[in-house]
Amino acid sequence: MISALPPAAAIFLAQGTGGESRSLFRDLFGAGSGWGSFASAVLGFAVVFAVASALPVLFTWAERRVSGRMQQRRGPNRVGPFGLVQAVADGVKLMFKEDIIPANAERFLFALAPGLVLAGMIAAFALIPFSERAIVVDAPLGVYLLAALLSLQVLGVVMAGWASNNKWSLLGAMREAAQMVSYEIPMGICLLIGVLSFSTLSLREMSLAQADGWLNVGNWLIFRNPLFAFPAFVVLYVALLANTKRAPFDLPEAESELVSGFHTEYSGIRFSFFFLEEYASMFLVSALAVCMFLGGWNIPFLPGSVVTGSVGAEILAALVLIVKSFALVFVMIWLRWTLPRIRIDQVMNLCYKYLTPIAFVCLIGTCWWELR
Amino acid sequence: MTDLESTPKEGTREIVLDVRTQDMEINMGPQHPSTHGVLRVVITADGEIITSARPYVGYIHRCAEKIAECVTYDQFVPYTDRYDYLAAMNNNLGYCLAVEKAAELEVPPRATWIRMICAELNRIGSHLIAFGTYGLDLGAFTPFLYGFREREWMMSLFEKICGARLTYSFMFPGGLANDAPEGWFDEVLRFCDVFDRKWREYDALLTRNKIFIERTRDVGVIPAEMAKAYGLTGPCLRGSGVRFDLRESAPYLFYDRVSFDVPVGQGEMGTVGDCWDRYFVRMAEMLQSTRIIRQCVELCLAETTPGEVMAKKPKTLKIPPTEVYVGVENPRGELGHYLVTDGKDKAFRLKIRGPSFCNLSIIPAILPGTMIADAVAIIGSIDIVLGEVDR
Amino acid sequence: MELETIAERLGDAVLEIVTEGTKDPFLVVEASRIREVMALCRDDSSLAFDLLVSITGADYPPREVKKKAKKGEPAPESEVVPGRFELVYHLLSTKTGGRLVLKVRLPHEDAPSCDSISEVHPAAEWHEREAFDLLGIRFFGHPDLRRILCCEDWVGHPLRKDYVFPKEFHGISAE
Repeated sequence: MISALPPAAAIFLAQGTGGESRSLFRDLFGAGSGWGSFASAVLGFAVVFAVASALPVLFTWAERRVSGRMQQRRGPNRVGPFGLVQAVADGVKLMFKEDIIPANAERFLFALAPGLVLAGMIAAFALIPFSERAIVVDAPLGVYLLAALLSLQVLGVVMAGWASNNKWSLLGAMREAAQMVSYEIPMGICLLIGVLSFSTLSLREMSLAQADGWLNVGNWLIFRNPLFAFPAFVVLYVALLANTKRAPFDLPEAESELVSGFHTEYSGIRFSFFFLEEYASMFLVSALAVCMFLGGWNIPFLPGSVVTGSVGAEILAALVLIVKSFALVFVMIWLRWTLPRIRIDQVMNLCYKYLTPIAFVCLIGTCWWELR
Repeated sequence: MTDLESTPKEGTREIVLDVRTQDMEINMGPQHPSTHGVLRVVITADGEIITSARPYVGYIHRCAEKIAECVTYDQFVPYTDRYDYLAAMNNNLGYCLAVEKAAELEVPPRATWIRMICAELNRIGSHLIAFGTYGLDLGAFTPFLYGFREREWMMSLFEKICGARLTYSFMFPGGLANDAPEGWFDEVLRFCDVFDRKWREYDALLTRNKIFIERTRDVGVIPAEMAKAYGLTGPCLRGSGVRFDLRESAPYLFYDRVSFDVPVGQGEMGTVGDCWDRYFVRMAEMLQSTRIIRQCVELCLAETTPGEVMAKKPKTLKIPPTEVYVGVENPRGELGHYLVTDGKDKAFRLKIRGPSFCNLSIIPAILPGTMIADAVAIIGSIDIVLGEVDR
Repeated sequence: MELETIAERLGDAVLEIVTEGTKDPFLVVEASRIREVMALCRDDSSLAFDLLVSITGADYPPREVKKKAKKGEPAPESEVVPGRFELVYHLLSTKTGGRLVLKVRLPHEDAPSCDSISEVHPAAEWHEREAFDLLGIRFFGHPDLRRILCCEDWVGHPLRKDYVFPKEFHGISAE
């Protein structure tokens, strides 16, 4: 339950900085009062935990089915309808497997690492605006906090690699550290482009700002500023791929080179934490990109004013966000089952020689665009 | 070592590094996903850069050569399946040719044609594994399953002709265990047509993939001279730009009656003899194999009639004292059988020269200086089968 | 190329040209000069046998050794007679596709031994290790003469004709 504490703390913290923002839970319990704040934090945590656990389950199923289709095989289709419950069955299996800690491992760090990685990821879910009001925490510094929580996983991974006392794990951790630190530069710059365009750090306000326009898509950042925001979106997507350790940037685990990289020594429930984290972060970073560049929950061709207000509209909006994010996740899956893995020096080259300069050009271009 | 005690001279600044670095020694294998079996390579690495590599082999050593001295000539055939288990037909063939040359057996032409078809089919199957696992080594999973899709058909073709899917034991000294069943040749031709189409998929999916090219070009370059010095044969030698194929330069069976090209590495993507060249030689060979198979089927059906596929030979083969060496072009290079007989029904000495064994010996020479990710790419491009290295 | 011509090129290092009793005629070369012969085979433009295919050892034990082996006693090293072991070198020319078989009958001092040719053909390194492992032939000047296929603490050399099969290995019964 180590993993439960940091997200709760993060949500609590974020609520503290919440200021004037609106959120479903605040409305429910009333802002201001200490107990109301606490209750909304608890409920918010419960919702976040549920969403953050359910989505990866869905995505593992999707990944296996999609990859099955791509490879001309069936994929899981036995447990439940279309094999949907397969991931649950696997989760149960992992939970009951022996949790092995190698004799010479650094026990405390070894045990802490997976929890830390997962905790950061779950906490970050609280910051995603699924609709105008379906947001657990609408922190004014949302983007900033999200980037911070995303980079928390590098700590966990390096910890895992070091504590395992396995050379392959260590190599994986070193790769992760190098890769993550490098790719945070283009990622940060691209996020800055969004911040610059909307003059806010709140993801909810960004999404709101992208409503309306031509066919309700005209205000999406990639269409509003196609010259610079679109390349920035591509750069961001690549950087986020690297950030989530997805192919072709899956060097930290590189199963054909480093056996299994940083989680070589993990088994059972601890391994499943890493596994969940990967799929949770896939959704998370996609949602981030969607909120910033692809109009958040706004429904194309359907002006926001038509459906605002009702609970149904909120649910529809949340579904739209999930569908949009899933489209990006699908591309991630697609890439993974198509591309070979890049070598570490090529990863660095790509980051410093291509992505970072492009991101900078886009940033300066956006400045010009906004001042024009 | 920098002396920490020494005081820097007046007016100079000295940077004292209080960091001791040590090369890391890593065991790659015997249980590692990319060593294609139980190969163990002890790598000394400075970060990700390999400074030395020492391969250890022999984990599945069965001393097939000793077994050959203890069983009769026919009984040894199943053991030949098991050294290069991905190309069992070619192993059968190499062994049978050696015994036939020693015993002066006359093989019926129909058996020879079917042998050629089987050998080439197995070459395709073996190269498909090389293709698939090479993608796997570099992190692309899907080509592996694409390769297996066609390999499955190839194996079912073998299943139809001999009942087995991996260890065929189909060829025996003197000929074949049985003739091809009805309709088999037609299906072989259908397979060739479909395969040629599917080959383009592999080309688009992996061969011309930008990342794949970046991972394999200029990596693990083996110059022609070095390749010869280390006794490399097969696609590894041809990948280095040496046009040498036993089927062409010293034709056995009826290889002199069919026309085919010998693909060689040309440095299309980078340097001659890099991983991409070795890989592409294999890919190009598969197309040549289908070309050979088509001609074989045509000639076999035109020239022979069903029936005779076994030479007349005594029930227990006894070979008068002699010695022979027969090399055949296996998917991985020259498979040699050096057979010494002494008039009994068992071999006096049988030496099996496995191509993987020789090809692998170049590993310590080319790995240093590359990265760990490259090591995987290089070992994969050499395409070893540990069953044959260890025999 | 005719075997006689090759023998002529190699000069007096060739002891014998054998064409009888074998399907692949071969040359018997003086053991002490094998390195020089190998270098000549590779470098001489008219020979150009640039690829070492394999190095094989063979054991031709005299009658007494065989008799003892039947009773389950391997011959001690000191009883190994000169000429009992042969080394067979298979060479190949990638230019002409021609093959050359050279043989060396090993002299015997303390153990069957020969000069290593790994300086001439790096490929020989592993072949010689294999011959050492399976037949117990020593190679002088080999950079790293260890067992290669059998494990390091294996007893005996399996391909010798007087090899006695072990009854057990590290407590694992082989019966």
